[in-house]
Amino acid sequence: MSRILDLKKGILAKNDTLAATLRQTFDEAGVAVSNWVSSPGTGKTALLEASLGRARDRGLTVAALVGDCATDNDAQRLARSGAPVRQIVTEGMCHLEADMIAGHLTGWDISDLDLLIIENVGNLVCPSGFDLGEDTRVALLSVTEGEDKPVKYPHIFQSADVVVVTKTDLATAVEWNREAAFAAVRATNPNAPVIETSARTGAGLDEILDHLLAGAAAAAKQFTTQEAP
Amino acid sequence: MHELSVAHAIVTTVVEALPAEPPRVNEVRVRIGALSGVVPDALQFAYEVAADSTPLADAVLMIERVPVTVHCSSCERDTTLEGTTGFACSQCGQPTADIIAGKELEVTQIVLDEPVVTGGRV
Repeated sequence: MSRILDLKKGILAKNDTLAATLRQTFDEAGVAVSNWVSSPGTGKTALLEASLGRARDRGLTVAALVGDCATDNDAQRLARSGAPVRQIVTEGMCHLEADMIAGHLTGWDISDLDLLIIENVGNLVCPSGFDLGEDTRVALLSVTEGEDKPVKYPHIFQSADVVVVTKTDLATAVEWNREAAFAAVRATNPNAPVIETSARTGAGLDEILDHLLAGAAAAAKQFTTQEAP
Repeated sequence: MHELSVAHAIVTTVVEALPAEPPRVNEVRVRIGALSGVVPDALQFAYEVAADSTPLADAVLMIERVPVTVHCSSCERDTTLEGTTGFACSQCGQPTADIIAGKELEVTQIVLDEPVVTGGRV
C-alpha cells in the first residue's frame, strides 16, 4: 500500500524566505541593492570599478560584495576606489545564495549606504534561481560576446530588470551588431531597459546609477504601501 | 552545476516534512519550470548523490516539466511557448513579459510506502 502526501513546497523556499527578509531590511535602510550577473569576462568588475568611482564623484555612498569561486583579487582591485568592498569566496560554488549575502553584511551599517552592488559569480546559468534580496537584477552582455547570447541563456536575461551592454568602445572593432543584440534581448525580455556602457570612456555610468537608485525608490514605495493600514 | 544545491534543497525539504519514524519513501514528485534554470537530467543525477545515505536513498525522483506560459493583456489570451524565448502572444503577436507558468521549482508530493494494517496496531 502506498499513500500520497501533498507537500507543495518551494524547493528554494529557505533561500526565498531569507532573501525576502534581506529585501525588507534593505528597503527599511533605504539602500538600493543590485545583483549583477553575466558570463565570466563580460567586464563586470571593470564596470563596477568605474561605477564606484562615478558614484563617489556624485557624493553617493556605495559598497560592493563580489563573488568568485576563488581569490580575493576583485575585492583588492575594487578597494582602491575607497569604497567598502568584501569578497565572497564560494570555494567552487557556481552562484551566490542569500545566506552568503547575510553573512557578509556583519559590521556594515547599511543605513549609511545609498547603493549596495553585488557582483555574482561569473555564470549565466546558475545564479538565475537564487534571489539575493536585490531590488534590481542586472544582466550584462559585452560587445565581444555573441549578439545572440540572451537567447542562448534566456533564464538570466528573462529574469533581469535591466540589461547592460559593456565594452561599447570596442563595438566597431568587433563589428558588433547592435540591432541583432537588442532583438535577442527583446526575445527573452520585452520590457527591460537596455543601457549601453563603457568602463573605459565612462559612457552609461550615470544612467546605471540613476536606474539603480530609482529601482530602490520604487521598492521602498511599494514597501510603504504594503505597510499602510 | 547548481543542480546539486537544488537536489540538496529537495532532500532537506522532504526530510523535514517526514513524520517521526517515517515510513519508506518510494517517490518524490517535483515540478520544474522551463525557466527555472534547472536541467532535469542534471537534477536527476545530482539527486542520486544528494539522497544517498538519507531517508530518501531508495526514493525515485519524478520530474514534471512545466513549459512557459505568458499572458497577453490586450486579448486576454494565454500562450504556451515551445521553448524559452519569443515572449509574445500567439494571437496578436504583442510582446509580453507576464509569465504565468514556467518558473516552478516545487516539491509537489511524496509517495510513502505504508504497511498494510491488519487488525489493530502494526
